[in-house]
Amino acid sequence: MKILVCMKQVPQKDAPLKLNEAGTWIREDVSYEVNEPDAFALEEALRQKEKHGGEVVAITAGPARSQQVLREALAKGADRAIHLEDAGFVGLDALNVARALAAAIKDEQFDLIFTGLQSDDQGYAQTGVVLAELLGWPHATIIMQIERTGDGIRVKRELEAGFFQFVDMPLPAVLTIQSGINKLRYATLIGIKQAKNKPMRKVTMAEVQPALGPNLQKVERLHVPQKTRNTEFLEGAPAEIAKKLVDKLRNEARVL
Amino acid sequence: MADTILVVVEQREGKLNRVSWETIVAGQALARETGWNLEAAVAGNNVSGLASEVAAKAVTKVYAIESPKLATYTPDAFAAALKQFIASSQPKLVLMPHTYQVRDFIPKLATAMGRTVITDCIGFKKEKEILLFTRQMFQGKFAADVTFAGDPPWFVTFQNGAFRADKIESGAAAAPIENVNIEIADAVVRNRPEEAFKEAKQAVDLTQASVIVAVGRGIKEQKNIELAKQLAEALGGEIAASRPICDSGWLPMDRQVGSSGQTVAPQLYLALGISGAIQHLVGMKGARTIIAVNKDSEAPIFEIADYAVVGNLFDIVPPLIEEIKKVKPAS
Ligand SMILES: Cc1cc2nc3c(=O)[nH]c(=O)nc-3n(C[C@H](O)[C@H](O)[C@H](O)COP(=O)(O)OP(=O)(O)OC[C@H]3O[C@@H](n4cnc5c(N)ncnc54)[C@H](O)[C@@H]3O)c2cc1C
Ligand SMILES: Nc1ncnc2c1ncn2[C@@H]1O[C@H](COP(=O)(O)O)[C@@H](O)[C@H]1O
Repeated sequence: MKILVCMKQVPQKDAPLKLNEAGTWIREDVSYEVNEPDAFALEEALRQKEKHGGEVVAITAGPARSQQVLREALAKGADRAIHLEDAGFVGLDALNVARALAAAIKDEQFDLIFTGLQSDDQGYAQTGVVLAELLGWPHATIIMQIERTGDGIRVKRELEAGFFQFVDMPLPAVLTIQSGINKLRYATLIGIKQAKNKPMRKVTMAEVQPALGPNLQKVERLHVPQKTRNTEFLEGAPAEIAKKLVDKLRNEARVL
Repeated sequence: MADTILVVVEQREGKLNRVSWETIVAGQALARETGWNLEAAVAGNNVSGLASEVAAKAVTKVYAIESPKLATYTPDAFAAALKQFIASSQPKLVLMPHTYQVRDFIPKLATAMGRTVITDCIGFKKEKEILLFTRQMFQGKFAADVTFAGDPPWFVTFQNGAFRADKIESGAAAAPIENVNIEIADAVVRNRPEEAFKEAKQAVDLTQASVIVAVGRGIKEQKNIELAKQLAEALGGEIAASRPICDSGWLPMDRQVGSSGQTVAPQLYLALGISGAIQHLVGMKGARTIIAVNKDSEAPIFEIADYAVVGNLFDIVPPLIEEIKKVKPAS
């Protein structure tokens, strides 16, 4: 099976974020990592390849820094990578990101495309489903298991409140992968070395521009969310805080 | 003709979920703000009973969108049916709850219509005749005010809990119901879903617990779970966790709190090293008292905490256990 994995670079989970001057995005001088579910999507693609043969291709749309996620994918075992390289990809809405990805792979024939179920920065929860619609393919979201059947696949979807569901579907298809579907592997030293010789195709903004349209939604401004509760911050040395907490547990929460 | 807001509600096994009622409340608020008409639609097979339930609320009309192909949910059938309906009824604004089902098909629906969805909104405002929808970004660390830059219909989904279902307004008289039968060709529906099921039987029922100590990725290593367990024990409570902890197998799945786990409402919820992603918060924000310990003073969990400790949980928890033991001798 030939599998494309869409991977996005996002600010590291613990990175302290600051707003840019316009207040419409964060300041870019933070550390980045692979969007968590995308790492699971890559792992799943590698496992499918190990079982059924084929090829795993990683793709990202983002500035030069985002090449790092492709390097990691190649080091873990992806066969090749596609980098749509331009800082302008950061500001696209989900429809335009999907259009750009679709344009970059128009001459390829994949059996499966994996995306993460949502990104940690924008959190649209849309790109994979939009991509499926643009390609005219079926899709399934929040996937926790994938098996090959005769001429298609059988996937396990996560539903709300602990429910799951199996779905049979034909190929080619787009699946959005949920974190926890598998156990991630680490890149090996050999893998990291081999990655240097693997093909990385660059795609410019100009090449995909004809496929894009104006953004249909626009972030006017970002702000720090409003608090919904009156939070009391307890301060002091750990021992003092422990005493204050016990007081709250007894007299406010009344659980002691 | 006046502009229309259409709320598409969601049913499962013949019942509307609560977030559907919340979305009607959002629609009622938007209708007041804009002066637009508010209509509702329910899609499925034999949904006239549900339609009349919705018709009792303050809406001007309810559509029962029906097809045998809508009896079981598939993204293909739902997107096809709603596309046909929306293309002919031309609402300006289409609202849906941000459920797993809606997020499965609404990007497809909007794309098929050449439109966009602003997903997972927590509110809206109107400034100089322009509607802004507020949604979380960066895992809840920021909120964004987002506008539509293209033509209607504009699609919006609202997050679970963003509006209060008990604020719903009833209508003076029942709204008229119109049945809309949709033809969906066989070849349209490609996925073949099976019945939903629950994995294993749950060994613990966290919904009954009055004290819950929950750990998140801040606990760092599996062996440190023991520390949180000691705290739970000292308090006579249950241990629970955020999703990554259960994904890693550090605690069993039935200890997971959140949208894909259990929804709890204890007297006390003590969160250790949990950032406060919305999918976690929806499962625990009904707790009476929330205490959060997190080393990041800007962690979103603090937005809903009653008592906050900014610090390293490994410094705080051991003396806390000692203090608790002083006032509450082990039983
Ligand atoms: C469809 C969907 C469903 C989901 N369902 C669920 C669900 O049911 N339940 C759920 O929990 N999540 C769910 N998630 C995942 C959710 O989005 C978050 O990724 C997850 O809740 C994060 O877990 P966390 O807070 O433990 O980890 P992180 O977000 O990594 O946060 C760890 C926190 O620990 C703090 N920390 C680190 N070290 C220390 C220390 N020494 N002392 C104190 N604090 C420290 C950090 O500052 C940080 O805030 C779901 C996601 C999706 C997309
Ligand atoms: N710029 C991008 N480059 C590659 N993949 C992306 C990009 N943006 C989104 N994706 C993929 O789409 C998924 C969902 O993102 P989103 O729709 O932003 O929540 C992510 O988990 C990625 O797999």
